[in-house]
Parts: sequence; C-alpha cells; structure tokens
Amino acid sequence: MKGGFLTNGYGPILIVVAALAVLPFGFSANTTLNFLGFVLIVTLAAQGWNLLAGYGGQFSFGHAAFFGMGAYAIALAQVRFGLNPWLALPLAISLGALTGTILGYLSFRARLRGSYFALVTLAFAEVFRILANASAFTGGAAGVLIPLRIEAANFQFADKRSFYWLALSFVAFVLLLTHWIARSRFGAYLVAVRENEDAARALGVDALAVKLKAITLSGGITAAAGSLYAQKFLYIDANLAFGPWISVEALLAPIIGGIGTVFGPLAGAVLLLGLGEITKTFFTWLLGGALPGIDLVVFGVLLILCVAFAPRGVIGLLRRLAPSFRGGRA
Amino acid sequence: MSTETLLRCTGVTKRFGGLVAVDDASLDVEAGSITGLIGPNGAGKTTFFTVIAGFAEPTAGSVTFRGQDITALPAHRRAEIGIARTFQIVQPFAGLSVRENIAVGAYLRHPGREAALARAENIAQRLGLGPMLDQSAGDLTVAGRKRLEMARALATEPSLLLLDEVLAGLNPSEIRDMIPVVRAIRDSGVTILIVEHVMQAVMQLCDTVAVLAQGRMIAKGRPAEVASDPKVIEAYLGHGAAKRMQAQQGDSHA
Ligand SMILES: Nc1ncnc2c1ncn2[C@@H]1O[C@H](COP(=O)(O)OP(=O)(O)O)[C@@H](O)[C@H]1O
Ligand SMILES: [Mg+2]
Repeated sequence: MKGGFLTNGYGPILIVVAALAVLPFGFSANTTLNFLGFVLIVTLAAQGWNLLAGYGGQFSFGHAAFFGMGAYAIALAQVRFGLNPWLALPLAISLGALTGTILGYLSFRARLRGSYFALVTLAFAEVFRILANASAFTGGAAGVLIPLRIEAANFQFADKRSFYWLALSFVAFVLLLTHWIARSRFGAYLVAVRENEDAARALGVDALAVKLKAITLSGGITAAAGSLYAQKFLYIDANLAFGPWISVEALLAPIIGGIGTVFGPLAGAVLLLGLGEITKTFFTWLLGGALPGIDLVVFGVLLILCVAFAPRGVIGLLRRLAPSFRGGRA
Repeated sequence: MSTETLLRCTGVTKRFGGLVAVDDASLDVEAGSITGLIGPNGAGKTTFFTVIAGFAEPTAGSVTFRGQDITALPAHRRAEIGIARTFQIVQPFAGLSVRENIAVGAYLRHPGREAALARAENIAQRLGLGPMLDQSAGDLTVAGRKRLEMARALATEPSLLLLDEVLAGLNPSEIRDMIPVVRAIRDSGVTILIVEHVMQAVMQLCDTVAVLAQGRMIAKGRPAEVASDPKVIEAYLGHGAAKRMQAQQGDSHA
C-alpha cells in the first residue's frame, strides 16, 4: 500500500509523460506530430469518459455532448464575442462541466442506470448536434471557422510541437488527477457505487452526489478535449463536434486500453488510432486509393479481440502476464 | 447497561401494492442490547429492516433514533448518524479486495486513505478476515461473505447494527464460531438488532426477542418466554398444527 516513487503510481505516470514529451525530438514530420496531437485529444476525451464510466460505472454513449460543448464554446467565444481563446478555454471547460451536472442531475435523479442512462446521453448529444446544425448562432451547417492568426497569445502555434506539448500537459494533468482520485475517498466511493450502489448507500455513501461530482469532472475534461480540437483544426461543424465518432472513440479507447485504469485511455487511444492509421496507409498503398471506413473495421476487430481475450483491456492483459506490473493501479 | 431506548419504531406499515408486508409494527431497541427479530419466512422482517435503514419509506408509522425522528432521512444519512445494516442477500463489491470493501465503510469516519485502510485491516482481524485481506470479495466462501457484510457495516462505526440473517447458510461449526463474534461486537458498545432463523443462536445471544408474523408483531419478551408462547408456535406451524401432527403420528402407528 505504501510505497516509493516507483510503486505508488506517480512514478510510472511521470516516466510515461516524460517519454511522450521527448517524442517530438525524434522526428520532425508535421504529419506525425499532427497525428500524435490528435491521439492526445482523443486520449483526453477518453479520460473524461473513463472517470465516469470506468470508475463510476455510468456508461455514456454520448460524450460528444461535452466534447462539442467545449469545441463550440471556445470557437464561438472568439468569433461571436471576440474573446481571447485562452480566456475562453476555462469558460468552455466550465460549460462542459455544467452540461455534465445538468445531464447527471436529470438522469441520476430519475434513477436512470445502465442502458437507460447510456441512451439519455446519446439523446443529449444528438439533440445538441441537431441544434448546432440548425441554429444561425452556431453557424448552422456551415460550421464555425476560427480566423487564422498564428500567435501563442492567440492559442495558435507556428511550431506544431507547442500544440503537442500543450495537449500532453492536459493529458498529464488528468493522468495525475485520475490517479489521485483513485486513491482518495471520493475514488473509493465512486468505485463502490459502480460495484453496488445499495451497498454503498448503506455505508454512508451519497450515491447521487458522488455520481454528480463524477459526471461534472468528466464533462469538464472531455470539453477540454473539444476545445483543443477546435484550436487544432480551427474549424468545427456539428458533425465534427457533436458527432457520434467522438462518443465512440471516447469509450472504445478506455475499453480497449483498460477500463477503470489510469493508463487505459492513453494505451487504448494509441493502439486504436495507431492501428487505424497503419491499416489506412496500408490499404491506400495496396489499392492506390483510400478505402473509406477501413479504420472502423479495425476498431471493431480490436473491440472483439478485447472482449474475447482481454476483458480488462491492454493494461489488464499486461498485469496478468506480468503480475509485478502495477503501474497506475488504484 | 443503560435503559435508554436507542431505536423506536411506532406503527410501521409497509404495503407493496395490495400486499401488506409490515402491518402496524412497533418495536423498541434498548441501547446496549442484542434484540432478536424472528418470524416465519415472508413475515416482513427484511422489509422492516429496510424501513429502519432508510432503504424504503414506510406507508405509515415512524422511526426515531436517539429521540430524533428519522422516518424521512435518506439511507446514507442514517449511516452517518450511526445506523448500519447488513443485507440478507449479501452485496459485496465483488470486483474489490476484502480490504477495499471494508475501507469503503471505514472512509465514513476516516477521510484519509491511510487511516481508512488501517481501520479496515483492524476490523478484518477482529472478524477473522485477516488472512483474506487481499483476496477478491467475489472469491469468498458464503461464510466469508457474511463476515464481510458485518465487517463493512462495522467499519462505519455504528451505534446500532442491523444484522439480517448473518448466520443463514453457515454450517454448525461456522455458526458456533460466529456467536462469540456477534457478542464481542455488542460488548464493544454496539447495540444490535438481529433477524435470525437459527434458534440456538437467538437463544444464546438475545436479551429480548420480538416475533413478527404476517407483518404483525405478535409477541415480545425474553427468548425462553417467547419460544414457549402458544401464539408463536401457532405462527410458525400454522393453525391446529399440534393436533394435525398428533393425528399423523396416530396414522403411521396404525
Ligand atoms: N420490493 C418488494 N415488492 C413486493 N413485495 C415485496 C417486496 N419485498 C418484500 N415483499 C414481500 O413482502 C413480504 C415480506 O417479505 P420479507 O420482508 O422479505 O420477509 P422476511 O424477511 O420476514 O422473510 C413477502 O411476501 C415478500 O414477498
Ligand atoms: Mg428476510
């Protein structure tokens, strides 16, 4: 239980983050850096999902609701209100967190669980997508274009590595936060609610409050990912921001990487998007043209393999193969 | 022993649709006592516990604890003020270790991780779960799970512990082992209300016994008095049971 730097879980996090931080010195190809930046954004969105679903057992099919909220908030704050994106960022995160609180209050008060809760989150994301697509304020179907003005003070970087390191610092912060939560009373209560809500209540756990706290944090984290996405591509529309793709990737990454583990979302996002990219490149080379949807096939195959052979994901598999591997264990 | 009334249930009724599971039942539990609640299957004992622990609102009646009306208090708040329960159908956090299971209870009074884990370990030792601390709760035997139910509840440091058939499913030697454990809990200052089918245990443990039959409290008193009460025998064996048994014996002799 007690332990030094290497065994208390913080050590492995710092080592992994340091390794990721020096990665851009290994190569300078912009496409690779772009790709890695994208992986970090999906990781961040997945970390938000993992906190609520992996630790708290509340499965969401609609984390796009938070992702899109973060993306639209930071984009519209600039375009409509002329706000500096650095100032808009905390606003966007807060809005995502608030969306989480409201969504959680509505569904958890009504005692929605399991697939009912999942469907409500999905419905929320879809309603947001349809509204964003229809409303003039959000730019309708044309989406929102953030004016190009490359300047660090404007959250736009000339050097791709700067964005990568920024995204990495978010991921690192959430890795540490997740690990800290997993070892705290709140984390123990969250897991207890996941395992058996009635038993938790009997032990003095305010299950509603615990779930609300979790979905608020989860919404904020995934909204941060949406904000980074908007600043990276400087363009969003309803299908990018609120589309099912991000809901799916935010849940697939932790499931494949290791649900309810600190490193699960990161490991899963790397594997998922990495293999997806390799397969895409391979088929493009083989057929001389892109094969649309091939990455979805890869996602499906990975999920099936995971369900069949590694129900606790990659991290679970590593732990089973090497029992001494305890990195990030709660 | 003080004679302060710790828990008072007055006219508790609980209906499920047309079924009256608990019917105008009243019960006092003296501080420091072990009070037994017995009755045939389906008498409403678990439902009565559920109302006391705040997991179901009674259709009528009230529950007071230390003189405070807690009828509308949510379950987690009742744990905070010192009421802990076990579940007849055990509800372990199956994916967690025994230590982590008990720690969830211990966190109620010890917000820090180190303190909660130390407390969990201490309680596990007291309940004979010491060797299983790092075992997954899902892998425990029936006896182990019953002990875990008690350990977790005890970890919340309650002043009133509600035990719902913690001896059911245990073999005679396991029951013999558990009786001193329950008594030691009471001796440490925890008042106990226990639902139990194992009469030997009820006789040995309880200061007072209340009998519930078809939702109604039909008898209260010292264990020996209650066991010989004709109303109680009737409730357990049915109307005219004694006569029927005699008749059957006569048949088989013929
Ligand atoms: N949630 C419920 N919904 C409907 N009926 C219930 C419910 N819980 C208990 N009952 C019924 O109430 C009666 C009392 O049950 P219970 O309290 O479990 O009895 P005991 O614990 O004494 O065996 C039984 O007839 C049971 O079927
Ligand atoms: Mg019962």
